[in-house]
Amino acid sequence: MRWTRVALAASIVSSIGLVATSSGASSSGYQSAHAGGTLHLLASTAGGTLDPQVNYTLQYWQLYQATYDGLVSFQKVPGAGSFDVVPDLATSMPKVTNGGKTYTFTLRKGIKFSNGQTVTVKDVQATFQRLFKVSNPNAGSWYNVIVGAPACLTTPATCTLSGGVVVNAAKNQVTFNLSQPDSEFLDQLAVPFGSIVPASTPGKDRGDVPIPGTGAYTFKSYNPNRALIMVRNPYFKVWSAAAQPKGYPNEIDETFGMTVESEVTAVENNQADWVFDTLPADRLQQLSTKYASQIHVNPLTAIWYAPMNVNIAPFNNLKARQAVNYAVNKFSAVQLYGGKQLGTPTCTILPPGFPGYLSYCAYNSKNSATYAGPDLTKAKALVKASGTAGQKVGIVVTNDTVNEAVGTYLVGVLNSIGYKATLKPLSANIQFSYIQNTKNNVQISVSQWYQDYPAASDFLKVLLSCSGFHKASDNSINIAGYCDKAVSAKMDAADALEIKNPTAANKAWGQIDQQVMTTAAPWVPLFNPKLTDFISSKVGNYTFSRQFYMYVDQLWVK
Amino acid sequence: MAASSSSAPTISRGSESPWKSSLRQLRRNKASMIALVVIVLVVTLCLLAPVYSGLIAHTNPFVSNLNGSFRLNGKTVSVMQANTQGLGLGVTPVGPTWNLSHYFLGADQQGRDVFARLLYGGRASLLIGTVSAIICCFVAAVLGLLAGYFGGAIDWVLSRIFDILWAFPVYLLAISLSVILLTSGLNVGFIHVGPGSLLLPILIIAFVFVPYVARPLRGIVLSLKEREFIQAAIGSGASDWRILSREIFPNVAPSIIVFFPLMVAFNMLTESALSFLSIGVQAPAASWGTIINDGLGLLYTRPAVAMAPGIAIVISAVALNILGDGARDAFDPKAKLRGSI
Repeated sequence: MRWTRVALAASIVSSIGLVATSSGASSSGYQSAHAGGTLHLLASTAGGTLDPQVNYTLQYWQLYQATYDGLVSFQKVPGAGSFDVVPDLATSMPKVTNGGKTYTFTLRKGIKFSNGQTVTVKDVQATFQRLFKVSNPNAGSWYNVIVGAPACLTTPATCTLSGGVVVNAAKNQVTFNLSQPDSEFLDQLAVPFGSIVPASTPGKDRGDVPIPGTGAYTFKSYNPNRALIMVRNPYFKVWSAAAQPKGYPNEIDETFGMTVESEVTAVENNQADWVFDTLPADRLQQLSTKYASQIHVNPLTAIWYAPMNVNIAPFNNLKARQAVNYAVNKFSAVQLYGGKQLGTPTCTILPPGFPGYLSYCAYNSKNSATYAGPDLTKAKALVKASGTAGQKVGIVVTNDTVNEAVGTYLVGVLNSIGYKATLKPLSANIQFSYIQNTKNNVQISVSQWYQDYPAASDFLKVLLSCSGFHKASDNSINIAGYCDKAVSAKMDAADALEIKNPTAANKAWGQIDQQVMTTAAPWVPLFNPKLTDFISSKVGNYTFSRQFYMYVDQLWVK
Repeated sequence: MAASSSSAPTISRGSESPWKSSLRQLRRNKASMIALVVIVLVVTLCLLAPVYSGLIAHTNPFVSNLNGSFRLNGKTVSVMQANTQGLGLGVTPVGPTWNLSHYFLGADQQGRDVFARLLYGGRASLLIGTVSAIICCFVAAVLGLLAGYFGGAIDWVLSRIFDILWAFPVYLLAISLSVILLTSGLNVGFIHVGPGSLLLPILIIAFVFVPYVARPLRGIVLSLKEREFIQAAIGSGASDWRILSREIFPNVAPSIIVFFPLMVAFNMLTESALSFLSIGVQAPAASWGTIINDGLGLLYTRPAVAMAPGIAIVISAVALNILGDGARDAFDPKAKLRGSI
């Protein structure tokens, strides 16, 4: 998933918080003395629709942790435990039968939505029907394994998931029947798309209208041009602190419209408590010296990369793609992102420490598994051999400071190896859709990917399999347009293997990563970023989840 | 009767031609001469950009140098300097060294020599300002002469076009055109201008300012048309072409001369604004506007990156305006042309 526009991420590598991070959300016990007050968050722009079954941004997925629950959820603790799926609205983890194709959950009793209605199994069934009715971004790729999903994808308005989601009101049970075993099904239920909403919720994107949830907080109001406000859910009672702990602030608001520079100044002055946006590069030095105790740095399982369109010139030529891989100095890209404390050069598609990660570097100045530097001589020779020298290349980037800087750097690199490159900056609102659509003939771009949940398929299969490539569509997440049926079949096999033998599956994913980069080189992997959180001095109890980042509701403002 | 002797009595002194008289008057204007020297200096420095970057600074200002270093006072200095204090976050480009051989004004976010880019950027800014002013004044003169002299339907049509263009705020129109043409380039008939070409901002800027020059010129022509020497020329059977070229144009020319430096200044500012908004000169090329944009992200740590081109723009624009004022005083002392832009 992308940062603000299309994705969320988390990190699997140990949090290296450069200052000590606090204890877990639920592990340390609730400290009533710190309850109360208002937490002020800042973001330069709103994150789009507030509908949890549609919104696919980290910006709101972070907030959904405190406002919505699924049958299961990722554990609300810091560190590695935050990747663990725990029962949430379900009383326990599901009973899996029928060779991994049937999941049976028992719903907790007495839980109420923020509008006072009691959560029932009918709400659960309606929620999953609604996923298809609202055209959830991943309905066709994640939830299509539910029996009845193909019909829902064809005619969403009449979706019933007949035979797919079966409820038993008497036993308070919900049964999911899948068309095939899916090792990631629980992960997919645990993300905000799986949030249970009232059955009465209209089957279309609710946009700015808050939908009642079961979390500790509820959205009181939302104006994308000004602010959103979250207040305590009057019907909330803790049923599992691991799944949905009680929050500390009485109110959480997020204000939109300020520049990032102004946001940073506001937090410095304790006029606000946290900046959602990436911190400006020219403020990092000051922040890391003067406000060191308020800065938290955490590695992410994410990647910055430059996808090359393998279907149009000049990058329909393997040698041309390999040349760019040799030419780009990934240390330079890291410098532009903020230096080695905030990013690590990478040669692989999977981030280090991720399931399936295999350390290797196919395009390197030295014969080494770790990146050592560019090899311009090889790059120039490959461009010459490819016969693509002198061709025009457009690099499409978003028009924020860091992306434009990386794009400008790539322009210089491409020019230096014989192309005539130009930079095409686009607004962040449209760039991600634009680079996906084959009609726009984008040759190379700069993009980022942050994990949805810890699985190799979330990078390799989503971003580089034939199933992610859709011609003339804005939702063709395989931006490079790389579709090798043999490789896709290997991905499917690795996916299936995860149920029987996760170790073997991870090994297979690592080999696929290596094969894709070595034999096809559809990307230039640039670096794995780290996240910098800057909080005000009056805030305490910073807690970082590898899955959903900082828990906003666990911050103390008192 | 010759146009020069009959039509410009106010600037004619004895047997001296009005042109010589005006030039003499301009030369006596100290402020204008200082401004002219400044302009010549700026132009010369900018023309010497390749010499500076190639022979003195030994740097390519269009290629990133994020991992480079140089020797200064016996010490190795990194172009991009990692923060070593506190948490060690952030990388800052080297600041001004005040040494012409090495990053005189420091480096930008890409590790490029700001002073070398400033000189190259000046070439682009001055080129765009000057060429677009030439095109603008030429087109405006032709249209103004046609509208004013022929009147009737031609005047009505041209005047309405001017009105329509005038109705748009200059920057809004320029930004709109730039945004549209930036992706596809300009393809009209046999004219094909690529999206990254410098010709694109030149043509856009020239176009948006045409009515601001053409309308005053049309007014001057309308006024001249009623003068006796024009009536005499018409009465003597002179052709329209002859009257326009021999009688009217020489009397309009001083106004164009007055307009020209002012238009260069306006166009330079417009180009800088467009480039600052990333819709003018495109990377890897540089102009003063793009360099200010580059410096925007470094205002806190390296303000020189944005300030240097800003100062260059101010110096050039002020010098051009002073020269324009001097030219107005010398060539067209009764004119109130500046109020029309």
